[in-house]
Amino acid sequence: MNSDTVLIQVRNVSVLFQQHIALDNVSLDVQRGEIITLIGPNGAGKSTLVRVVLGLLKPKTGSVFRQAGIRIGYMPQRLSIDPVLPLTVERFLSLGSRKKKSVLETALEEVGAIRLFKRPLQGISGGEMQRVLLARALLREPDLLVLDEPIQGVDIIGQYELYELIAQIRTQRNCGILMVSHDLHLVMSATDQVVCLNQHLCCSGHPETVTKHPAYLALFGERAARDLAIYTHHHHQGNRKNG
Amino acid sequence: MDDFLWRALLAGLGVALISGPLGCFIVWRRMAYFGDTLAHSALLGIALGFLLNLKGSIFSNLTLNTLLTLTTLGVCIAIALLLVILQSQKRLATDTLLGILAHSGLSLGLVALAFLQGEGLRIDLYAYLFGDLLAVTLIDLYWIYGGGALVLLCLVWIWQSLLSITVHEELAAVEGVPVKWVRLLFMLMVAIVIAVAMKIVGILLITSMLIIPAAAARSFARTPEQMAIFASLIGGMAVVLGLYMSWEWDTPSGPSVVVAATSLFIVTFLFPFSALFKLYE
Repeated sequence: MNSDTVLIQVRNVSVLFQQHIALDNVSLDVQRGEIITLIGPNGAGKSTLVRVVLGLLKPKTGSVFRQAGIRIGYMPQRLSIDPVLPLTVERFLSLGSRKKKSVLETALEEVGAIRLFKRPLQGISGGEMQRVLLARALLREPDLLVLDEPIQGVDIIGQYELYELIAQIRTQRNCGILMVSHDLHLVMSATDQVVCLNQHLCCSGHPETVTKHPAYLALFGERAARDLAIYTHHHHQGNRKNG
Repeated sequence: MDDFLWRALLAGLGVALISGPLGCFIVWRRMAYFGDTLAHSALLGIALGFLLNLKGSIFSNLTLNTLLTLTTLGVCIAIALLLVILQSQKRLATDTLLGILAHSGLSLGLVALAFLQGEGLRIDLYAYLFGDLLAVTLIDLYWIYGGGALVLLCLVWIWQSLLSITVHEELAAVEGVPVKWVRLLFMLMVAIVIAVAMKIVGILLITSMLIIPAAAARSFARTPEQMAIFASLIGGMAVVLGLYMSWEWDTPSGPSVVVAATSLFIVTFLFPFSALFKLYE
């Protein structure tokens, strides 16, 4: 492992919420130029791990190493703006980093949403919002992009486009990407490494190996794994008992 | 025009100027109840001020007005900090905590003032509850413009950060905004504005000066900055109209200003001026 390319190193991290264990002895490395996807059922601690990586949450035990001077671009799971706050896409983008108008426009162009530039934030669709959020993360000129469920609320065609865009960003900017996903099918083609989480780390590796791993099968179920179901929610419910 | 009328106008306009931008943030951050809580507990500050004025000889070189402003400010800041501490314990929901603090502050103030009145002190309670613009003194004016300038400068300084945490706190934190400090600073600013503006509309009506002009400004504004400026303008108009009402029909000045603000709000609500803006695009 080349130390220059390691952006984030999470070592044996545990997080407790009151008496409930959210993360149990989890380790994770993110390297430059690599896409890592966190999958796992609801309540598996995916978002908690993301918050540890971002430095928003201090783990009870374990350590987190960040490369010195690392810049992180973060795309949160949801963003709902109160209608009483008048905010255009342009102004929203300028909140994260003070940049010239042309720079803001370039970022929005990169995510294919330039026509939204002057629009009020309340008037754009879920999929458009995800692109705007991605543009704001890109404006940080990140070494690491952290995307929490980037395709949430995006229709199926938009989902493919968005994953393509993310893959493209990785090659063009050579940044590391850590993303959370619910969706097994699409993720498998868009990622280098899958980390399957259920409080503890179940298994990780190349998508093809992970889908054959017993821990993965136990967690998501034989059937779900076989047809790589797009909607995994109801499978979780049944499988969490033995998962 | 008489001196006291000029003072009333200047004081009212000063308060409108500060409460425009600050009120926008109260509306955006859904902190109306927080403002109310600080305002209600301000009565405890008033009682404390009178008590110190009676007993403490070390405060004898301060005028009563300055003393009252200082004690009100102190109590407001103390309540804001107390709220931060109680919130961090996560044992009760914020609105429950605010309800407890607001009404116990108000009641404690009323009880304390009753004791002081029993000692023979004459206090115009009505003026503190609902404001008395026409009784504004020169010292009050210094406080309003001094405190106001401080708050406005501070607000300009943290504007971008405060707006960012209002939109999304965690995103702002990842982007390097010191969320806790910005939030605390904002609370202190609200405390200052309430302490100095209390004279104008009174502790029971002060949140309306923060909220109503901001709400009325929404339909004109396309950016947060526009909304803040329009809120100040609408607040200023409400002050002028309210003062005129009060002068003409001898109505209480504080409630008159609020009634004027509400009328302006209704006008902006019924006539969507934003349609006009679209024509220019």
